[in-house]
Amino acid sequence: MRRNYQLFVLLFPIVFWLVCFFLLPLLSVFIYSFLERGTYGGVRWIFTTENYGRLFDGLYLGILWRSVSTALVCTAVCLLLGYPFAYYLARYRPKHRNILLLLVVVPFWTNFLIRTYAWILILRTEGLLNSLLGSVFPNWSPLELLNTPLAVQIGLVYGYLPFMILPLYAALEQLDMSLLEAAQDLGASPRRAFWHVTVPLSLPGILAGSMLVFIPTVGAFLTPDLLGGGKVSYIGNVIERQFKTARDWPFGSALSFMLMGIVLVGTILYFRALQGREDSQAP
Amino acid sequence: MKRILEANLGLVFFFLYVPILAVVVFSFNSGEQISVWEGFTLGWYAKLFEDAALWRACRNSLIVAGVATAVSTFIGTTAALAIERYRFRLRTVLTRCLYLPIIIPDIVLAIALLTFYVQTPIPLGLASVIIAHCVFNVAYVTIVVRARLQGYDSTLEEAARDLGANEWQTFWRITFPLIAPGIIGGALLAFTLSIDDFVVTFFTAGVGYTTLSVHIYSQLKFGITPKLNAISTMLLANSIVFILLFLWFQGGATDSRRGDA
Repeated sequence: MRRNYQLFVLLFPIVFWLVCFFLLPLLSVFIYSFLERGTYGGVRWIFTTENYGRLFDGLYLGILWRSVSTALVCTAVCLLLGYPFAYYLARYRPKHRNILLLLVVVPFWTNFLIRTYAWILILRTEGLLNSLLGSVFPNWSPLELLNTPLAVQIGLVYGYLPFMILPLYAALEQLDMSLLEAAQDLGASPRRAFWHVTVPLSLPGILAGSMLVFIPTVGAFLTPDLLGGGKVSYIGNVIERQFKTARDWPFGSALSFMLMGIVLVGTILYFRALQGREDSQAP
Repeated sequence: MKRILEANLGLVFFFLYVPILAVVVFSFNSGEQISVWEGFTLGWYAKLFEDAALWRACRNSLIVAGVATAVSTFIGTTAALAIERYRFRLRTVLTRCLYLPIIIPDIVLAIALLTFYVQTPIPLGLASVIIAHCVFNVAYVTIVVRARLQGYDSTLEEAARDLGANEWQTFWRITFPLIAPGIIGGALLAFTLSIDDFVVTFFTAGVGYTTLSVHIYSQLKFGITPKLNAISTMLLANSIVFILLFLWFQGGATDSRRGDA
């Protein structure tokens, strides 16, 4: 009985906070997404499914596709850069390895707004990259890099690369090297051993890293806003506009709910893939 | 093959650090031009002290991060204790739910809270931002403290009780000192996340309640000035100090554990 009382005291704060300030707000966006917009912002309490109907408008489907494809490209590029990086780091001399790892962790926790802003300094027409290229090639005509989809893509890869590297490193560091030796003793070429031993064993890291990059990038608001200059729309920006300038809260809510749907589907696929892998490994 | 891997390592570090270094270096640049080096100055830092709006934003950030850290450290620690030391119905549901605030895109969390606030008597001000920050902070604190609780034997607690300590004594003399590095680590993490947060604050702060991140953002929209580089450099320095402290507490934790064994 006493133990039950203790448990209640320990659980009460977290349950209260999650229910009041997380689950209820989610319920509130859900309800908002079925209401009509008010004339001066806010909502009118009349039920409608029109907000979801508008999502299938060609314009919004295009924006949705751009967000998803940008997030997929970002995930792929992070994997391409991050995998060899984590692979090499996991085999680095232990003495220096921790310092290198620290150098990956530092950007991971530093201010995201400032790290994104830094790219404005570099990519602007009169920015660092153009002035550097201009001093090397005298006849250089400055590139218009800022406010393009490329700038957004670079900013996203930059912002989320550490999210890919850290889980990959965790998976590759635990890899049992004797398995690779066994594969080579049995006649596998290094390439074959890599694809048939290393990659499958590091799959949990690949999946976790891909999740951690894909989810925040698909709903990214700040990077497209600062580096895309509002010229190219992504879901995150469209949602922001509904709440800050267009004052169409119900439609913004419907967009958010769809974004959450995409993320949840991604999460479920991730757990399925992880589960499938565990099942296939079971004896 | 080794060459390619080494080149990739160099490339990634170059990519990660050049933008940060650019901001830091140009915060000491004397010219108005923000991308051309014209000489060393500390003038932009001196100008920060005259900027009243900046200091107001700074004060708001510290209030928000301070209160949000205290509240979320308490909630996260009690949650971690409940999850790791008790078996109860819906335990798995709770642990999964605790990952949700981290998983969902921050813009969704932000507008969910916004639509919620306007239906409650809670005004959009600093309190609404603090409540919002606690939502993601508790999730992180719980993870860090749980990891610490998993790292040592609960037999130590059983031994204390066998030797006649009551539960209260056991907690303060055994459990708390052992998990303290985890709690401090969680608090440092929460503070950093809170100071750095932009999206959630942007939607849940009322007009006139600007934090440092929101202040930087609105300045950026007006145009880029060298002063922004100076503010950014100071924020970067702040983050780095907190990460190092966090890692130091976590590292100290593993060392002492090895010492016990």
